Amino acid sequence: MSEPLLQVDDLQVAIGPADIVRGVSFAVAPGETLGIVGESGSGKTMTVLAATGLLDAPGRRISGSSLLRTTSGEAVQLTGASPRTLRRVHGGQIGFVFQDPSTSLNPMLTIGRQIEESLEAHRGLTRRAARSKATELLDAVGIPQPEQRVDSYPHQLSGGQRQRAMIAIALACDPGLLIADEPTTALDVTTQAQIIDLVRELQSARGTAVVWISHDLGVIGQVADDVLVMATGSVVEHRPITEVYYHPQHDYTRQLLAARPRLGKTAGPPPADPDADVLLEVRNLDVRFPVATPSGRSMVHAVNDVSFEIRRGTTTALVGESGSGKSTIANVLTGLLPPRAGTAELGTLDLLHARRADRRRIAMVFQDPFASLDPRRSVADALTEPLRTHGLGGDSAASREERAIELLEQVGLPAEFRLRYPHELSGGQRQRVSIARALALEPEIIILDEATASLDVSVQATVLDLLAELQKSKGLTYLFIAHDLAIVQQMSHNVLVLRDGVVVEAADAETLFADPIHDYTKMLLAAIPPDAPRAAPGGFSEDPATDR
Amino acid sequence: MRVSLGSVARFMGTRLLSSAIVLFGVVVVVFALIQLVPGDPVRLALGTRFDQEAYDALRAASGLDRPLVEQFFSYLGGVLTGDLGVSFRNGQPVVEILLSRLPATVSLAIPGLLIALLIAVPAGIFSALHEGKVSDGIVRVASQAGVSIPDFWLGLLLISLFAVRLGWLPSSGYVPIATDPAQWLRQVVLPATTVGIVAGAIMTRYIRAAVLEVAHAGFVRTAVSKGLAPGRVTFAHIVRNALVPVLTITGIQLATILGGVIVVEVVFAWPGLGRLVYDAVAARDYPVIQGAVLLIAMIFLAVNLVVDALYALVDPRIRLA
Amino acid sequence: MSAESLTVEPATTRFSSWRLLASNPVTVASIVVLALIIAVALLAPWLAPYGANEINVANQLQPPSAEHWFGTDDLGRDIFSRVILAAGTSLTIAFAAVGFALLVGGGIGIVSGYFGGPTDAVLMRVVDIMFAFPVLLLALAIVAIFQPGIPTTIIAIGVVYTPIFARVARGSALSVRTSPFVQVSQTMGTPAVSILGRHVLPNISGPLIVQTSLSLAFAILSEAALSFLGLGVQPPDPSWGGMIFTAQGFLGLAWWMAIFPGAAIFVTALAFNLVGDGLRDVLDPRQRTIIEARRTA
Repeated sequence: MSEPLLQVDDLQVAIGPADIVRGVSFAVAPGETLGIVGESGSGKTMTVLAATGLLDAPGRRISGSSLLRTTSGEAVQLTGASPRTLRRVHGGQIGFVFQDPSTSLNPMLTIGRQIEESLEAHRGLTRRAARSKATELLDAVGIPQPEQRVDSYPHQLSGGQRQRAMIAIALACDPGLLIADEPTTALDVTTQAQIIDLVRELQSARGTAVVWISHDLGVIGQVADDVLVMATGSVVEHRPITEVYYHPQHDYTRQLLAARPRLGKTAGPPPADPDADVLLEVRNLDVRFPVATPSGRSMVHAVNDVSFEIRRGTTTALVGESGSGKSTIANVLTGLLPPRAGTAELGTLDLLHARRADRRRIAMVFQDPFASLDPRRSVADALTEPLRTHGLGGDSAASREERAIELLEQVGLPAEFRLRYPHELSGGQRQRVSIARALALEPEIIILDEATASLDVSVQATVLDLLAELQKSKGLTYLFIAHDLAIVQQMSHNVLVLRDGVVVEAADAETLFADPIHDYTKMLLAAIPPDAPRAAPGGFSEDPATDR
Repeated sequence: MRVSLGSVARFMGTRLLSSAIVLFGVVVVVFALIQLVPGDPVRLALGTRFDQEAYDALRAASGLDRPLVEQFFSYLGGVLTGDLGVSFRNGQPVVEILLSRLPATVSLAIPGLLIALLIAVPAGIFSALHEGKVSDGIVRVASQAGVSIPDFWLGLLLISLFAVRLGWLPSSGYVPIATDPAQWLRQVVLPATTVGIVAGAIMTRYIRAAVLEVAHAGFVRTAVSKGLAPGRVTFAHIVRNALVPVLTITGIQLATILGGVIVVEVVFAWPGLGRLVYDAVAARDYPVIQGAVLLIAMIFLAVNLVVDALYALVDPRIRLA
Repeated sequence: MSAESLTVEPATTRFSSWRLLASNPVTVASIVVLALIIAVALLAPWLAPYGANEINVANQLQPPSAEHWFGTDDLGRDIFSRVILAAGTSLTIAFAAVGFALLVGGGIGIVSGYFGGPTDAVLMRVVDIMFAFPVLLLALAIVAIFQPGIPTTIIAIGVVYTPIFARVARGSALSVRTSPFVQVSQTMGTPAVSILGRHVLPNISGPLIVQTSLSLAFAILSEAALSFLGLGVQPPDPSWGGMIFTAQGFLGLAWWMAIFPGAAIFVTALAFNLVGDGLRDVLDPRQRTIIEARRTA
C-alpha cells in the first residue's frame, strides 16, 4: 500500500454523555476504496464526519488524530482544525456525497451554480470558466445534454440524475478523497448499480481515494478494497474485502454475512398445497389519486388494470421499485384508499366495500416500526385494541390481557413487554409487536408492506424466520410487498413484478427466478449486487449459486 | 431569469380563484354584520339625534326596509361598482371617506414595516445561527417582550419620554407628506417606531424559526462540505431558502398594518383607517364600519396575492414546475 | 435471537416532559410569576388596601408612597388596589375566551383534519375568511353589534381566536391521521370515535397546549386594547386598559398612572408567552410561529 492519503488514529467521539465512537483507526491510500459497514447505531457515519471535520453536533467531543495529505504534499491535522483550515480542505481536498440527493441539493440554485461555487471558492475560477468546467463535469458523470442541464434546478432531474449531479459537485475540484455516505441507499436497485459503476469509473480515471459508508454488505462488496466492520462505535474487523467475505474472523461479521439476504441463499418457502382454494381474488384494479405539487394538484395513475389471485396458505409477493404502485394496492385492499375501478374478493366478501366488522379478515403490517405504534399507548393497549373492537379474546379485560400475553409469546417476546411503551423497544421488537397485533385479528390474510425493509439485516433475518414459522404453524396467507428480490425469493410462492402500476410479469417464484421472461425483471435481477465481492479472485463465478 | 409562463399562470390562477371565494365570503360576513345588530341599527345610530324625517331618509338610503335577499344582492352589486352606501352620521359616501383615510394609513404603514424589517431580519437570522447560545436566548426573550408589550402603552411611554419630557418630537398629529415632508417625518417617528417594535418582534420570532428550519437541511451540510465561506453558506443557501416564509410573514404584517393599527392611530391621533373604524364603532355608524372592514379584508387578500406572485418568481419549483 | 440482541437499544429511561421543562430557568421563572399573578388575582379582594372605586379627591395624583404603593389617580383612587383587582377580570376574560376558542376551534379542527373531504374544504374556507380580518378589527366589529361589556368582550376575543385553534388542531390531526399507527387502527376496523379518543387526541394535545398558553397572552393584550378603547370592560369596573386610557390625560403630571397597569399587562402577557415558548420546546418543537403573526396590533 502506498503512502496513505488519510490516516486516522484512535478517533473518539462523544456527544453529551454518550460515547459514539470508541477509538477507531484506519487509513486509505490514493486510488483505493475503504468500505465502512455496520448496522444502525454502529457509529460509521459519525466516525467519518468526525475524521473529516464535518461533524456539527452540539456538545460534541472529538479526540484522536486524522491526518490528511493534501495534493501539494503537506499533512493537515483535521481533528481540532480551525474553521479556516477545514474550509480549505472541504471541497478542495475532500468531496462529499450524501444519502438522499433530493435533500442534499439546494432547490433554489441551478445544478450549474452549485458546482460553480465550489470551483470559485477553491480554484478562483471566473464565473465563465467555472461554468464550462461544470458542463464538462455533468458530462463526465453521465448526465445527457449537459449544456442544457447546467441550467436546470434539482426538481427538474430524476433521483438518479440528482445523485450524479451530487457526485459532480463532490469531484468538481479534483479532491484526492471522496467520502460517500450511503450514496445509493435512497435509490432504486437499478439506479444503485449505475451509481456504483459511475463512481468506480471516475475513481480509476482520477486516482481518487474513496471512503464508502454503507449498511449493505452487497454494495460494499462491489466497491471496496478494504473493509472496516463497525459495531457500537468500535471496529470489529478491518481487512481486505475478500478476506472478510471468505474468512470472517469476528462472530459479528459472520452474523452479518449469514443474515444478508442473497439470491439463491435458501430454497424458498416449503411448497404449498397446489389445490388450496383461492382466498383473495383481485380483478382489474385501477387506482388514481391526486398529489399536491407546489404549482397545484395533478393526478397519478398509480395502479393500472392489475389482477391476481392468492391461494390459501401461500405467499404472493408484489415486487417493484419506488412508484410501481405496490403499496397502493395494499392500501386499497385494506380500505385506506378508494379504487377507481376493479374488484377484490376475499372468499365471498367484497373487500372494497367491506363493513367495519369485516375488516378483521385482512390485516396489515407496515414498513416503519417507529411510526406504526402509537408512542402514547403501551404494547398491551396496542394488542387489545383489535380484541376490543371485534369482541375477540373474551369479554373481560383480564381475558384480553391473557390473550395479549399469548400473542407476545407467539412472536417471541416475553410477557412483561406488554407494559412497555414503543420507545422502550428496539426496531425488531416493535415489528414483532406489529405482527402480534396483526395476529390478534385472527385474519385470513396478512399484508406485509415492506415489513422488514427498515430493519438491520440481522434483525430482518430473525423477523423473516418468525414470519415463515408462523405461516407453517398457523397456515397463514401472506401478501408480501418488497423491493428486495432476495427476500422475495426466500419468502414467496408466487411473484408479481410491477412497474409504473402495471404487472409486467407474474409467475411462480421458482420459474421467475430461474427463467425471467420480461426485460424489466431481468434488469432488476441483474442490478442486484452480486454475491461475491468484485475484488474476489475469479470474479463473479466463485459461488455457483449466484452465477448469472 | 427563466420563467415557465404556463406554470406561473396555473399557480396564480389557483390562488386568484381561492382569493375570489374568500372575498365572496368576506362580503357575506360584512353584509351580515349589520343584520346581526339586535334592534334597528338606524335608530341606534341616530340615538339622541333622532328625528323622523332623517330616520326615514337614512333607512331608505341604507335599503334596510327591503327583503334580505334583495338587500344582499344590492350590497354585492354596490361592492362591485364601488358604492358602499353613505355614512349614518353625515351622509357622505363611504367610499369617499375610506379613500380620504388611506394616505395617512399608508404613510404610517411603510415606515412602520421598514423599522420592523430592520429589526427582524438581522435579529432573526443572528438568533437562528446562534441557536442555543446565550445570545440566542437574549434575542428570544427580547422578542417575546416585544410581542407581549401592549402597543398603546408603548406608544404612551414613547410620548411621555420623547414628547413630554424631552420635547424632541410632537406627541401626536398628522400632516400629509405632500404638504410638509419635514413635519410629517417628525410626526411619523413615534407611531412608526411603536408599530415597528411590535411587528418587528413578531417577525423576529418567525424569521428565526424559518431560518432554523433551513439551517438543518441537508443541502446546508452539502454547502459546508464544499468548503464555502460562512457568508456564502448563510446567504446563498440558508437565507435564500428561508425567503419564502419570510415573504409570508412580511406580507401578513404589511396587510395588518395597512388594515389600520387601531390603537396606535388612536393614541397618536393619526387619521387613518384604524382611527376611522374606532370612531365609527363608537358612533355605531354601520355603513362606515362595513366599508372599512371590507376594505381592510380586501387589502389583506391583495397583499397575499402579491406575496404569492413573488413566491412564483422566487421559487424555481413554482416558476419552472 | 442472538443476532438481534446485539442491536437492541438499551431501554431508554422514560424522561418526563416536566423534568425537561424544569431544566429551562426562563420557563421556571415564568411559571412562578404566573402562579403569583393568579394567586394575587384570586386573593385581591382581601389583599387590596382600598376599594376599587374609593374616591378621595383630596388625595388625587399622589406619587407612589408607603401608603399608596403605586400612587393615586385623578380621583384619588389607590392604583395598587385597582391594578390587583383588575387582574381577576383580565384573567377571567382571557381564560373564558381562550377556553371557548379551544373547545370550538379545536373541535372543528380535529373533525376537519381527521375526516377531510368536503366538510374539511368548507370549514377551512370559513377559517380563511375569518383570517382575512385583522384580530382587533374583527373583535371591534363584534363589539359594535352587541353592547360593550365583559360578556361581549369574552365572545369577541373567543370568536377571533377560534380559527387559530381550528388551524392548529387541523394541521396536527391531519399529520396524525396519515401516520401509520392511525392507519393500522383504520385497517383493523377500530371505530373512528375510538381512534380519535385514543390515538388522535393524545397525540395532538401538545400543539394545542402550546397554542393555549400563547393565546392567553394575546387574549390579555386584546382585552386590554378593547378596554383602552372604551369598548371592553366598562367603568367603573377597574381594568388595566381602561386605567391607561385615563392616564393619557396626565402623562406629564402622573407617570405612575400609566406605568403600573401597563407593566401588569406586559408582565402577565410575557409570562404566558414564555411559558408557551418553554412548552413548545418540550411538547412541539417543530411547530412554526406563523400563528403568532395573526396577533394584531
